[in-house]
Amino acid sequence: MAYSKKVVEKFENTINNPEAFKVGRFDPKELNVGTGMVGAPACGDVMKLQIKCEPKGNTHVIKDVKFKTYGCGSAIASSSELVEMLIGKTLEEAKAIKNIEIVEALELPPIKIHCSVLAEDSIKQAIEDYESKQ
Amino acid sequence: MSTQSTIYLDYASTTPVDPRVASKMMEFLTPDGEFGNPASRSHRFGWKADEAVEEARSHVSGLVNCDPREIVWTSGATEADNLAIKGVARFYKSKGNHIITSKIEHKAVLDPCRQLEREGFEVTYLDPNEKGVITPEVIKSAIQENTILVSIMHINNELGTVNDIEKIGKITRDNGILFHVDAAQSTGKINIDLKNLNVDLMSFSAHKTYGPKGIGALYVRRKPRVRLEALIHGGGHERGMRSGTLATHQIVGMGEAFRIANVEMESDCEKVSEYHEQFLKKVQEIDHVYINGDLKNKVPNILNVSFNFVEGESLIMGLKDIAVSSGSACTSASLEPSYVLRALGRKDELAHSSIRFSFGRFTNDDDVNNTLEILSNVVHRLRELSPLWEMHLDGIDLDTVEWKLH
Repeated sequence: MAYSKKVVEKFENTINNPEAFKVGRFDPKELNVGTGMVGAPACGDVMKLQIKCEPKGNTHVIKDVKFKTYGCGSAIASSSELVEMLIGKTLEEAKAIKNIEIVEALELPPIKIHCSVLAEDSIKQAIEDYESKQ
Repeated sequence: MSTQSTIYLDYASTTPVDPRVASKMMEFLTPDGEFGNPASRSHRFGWKADEAVEEARSHVSGLVNCDPREIVWTSGATEADNLAIKGVARFYKSKGNHIITSKIEHKAVLDPCRQLEREGFEVTYLDPNEKGVITPEVIKSAIQENTILVSIMHINNELGTVNDIEKIGKITRDNGILFHVDAAQSTGKINIDLKNLNVDLMSFSAHKTYGPKGIGALYVRRKPRVRLEALIHGGGHERGMRSGTLATHQIVGMGEAFRIANVEMESDCEKVSEYHEQFLKKVQEIDHVYINGDLKNKVPNILNVSFNFVEGESLIMGLKDIAVSSGSACTSASLEPSYVLRALGRKDELAHSSIRFSFGRFTNDDDVNNTLEILSNVVHRLRELSPLWEMHLDGIDLDTVEWKLH
């Protein structure tokens, strides 16, 4: 299977420079951290996304993000791409992110669209978790 | 083989054509070569081409110890498998309609069997044991009154495990059942002695043994005689079993490749065994690595390894300058993980994590050493990125987690 140049670049940058690309974890018990984990090992991909937020006006802003992904190259690139989109966004803005934005940014082929769906689901869950703690 | 920057460790998928084979093939194409149609009986061009085809036939029969007249040229092992399975089933359908095969066969065997099911045949797909072997015992117990054919591969293409075709052949012969063996992975790797095996049909491929793609052969036993219904009609070539003008250069290539395999099998195997040992030792130094298949009963040119907590396709992407295969779903169009590994009872996640390394005649020390170095580095990096590895380090049993499917 041939990958788009963008997927390969994103994947390689992420594994070669994990800290800069926000690979890691926050303590999930912290009140300002929301954690989302979607997928299953048997299906070949699991993504864990954590957001660290702070209140701003009548909403909350994502100050930092950490993630870990088990999955194919496109799944890893998709999570990394999403993470980049999130920092500085309000929760409302983050909720509005659609998988198609990741598909377009990485030029994912149709067979890999589920990777972007996984990424979209993970941010939704992370926000849900964060909101339940407030 | 480091003539290019990419290291090739996918010999079980295909091999390069041996330069000696390629130069021989070149003699049968151009106006100054022997380009004739081997079926032309009326002139020298035809006679010369026919001679070359028959010499190639004897090289193929020489490698597997059978009569040259028992070799039928096909377009490859896939066609040979199709001809054997569909050809026998359709010819002998008045005798019975039951076929036995296994779940770890190549698609070139499984798909013809599926087709026969649509035509009213009944097919039993046997499970391998957890080591990837189809035992003679399970075959014996699957035999029915109406069984006409057993089709079992010699060497499994994903695992390298070897089935005992000698014992299986005794069982099928005792029961008056025909026995077909897909030997696409065997030639040049393991000795085959058809005179002393109760095998009735055997499929071969040239391009797994340093010959060209697009050519293969089917061994069809003469004594006791095996009959087939042809798949391709038109001209009655190959004693009516496979019509079509013979591809002289391809056939000569396969013959030369098999001749060389006969001479060099021992030295090829010796070299590959050393790389296998070296590879195995180093790979097992990585934590949570599983060898798929039976180390005590497999060919050394194939090594299938699962790297737990790392997905196979991302590993392949990380090994970007190394050509290998994966059992991961993501490398297949179907998004299903390797059906062979699943048939062994491996958990899906281990099937997703598997990589097949296969070595060959042109593999060198640098290929192996560089691969091992890059491999442990990439596995380490991907585990740092893996939530499963993190959970494992936290002492969480992944089997007890309720996963949120998406």
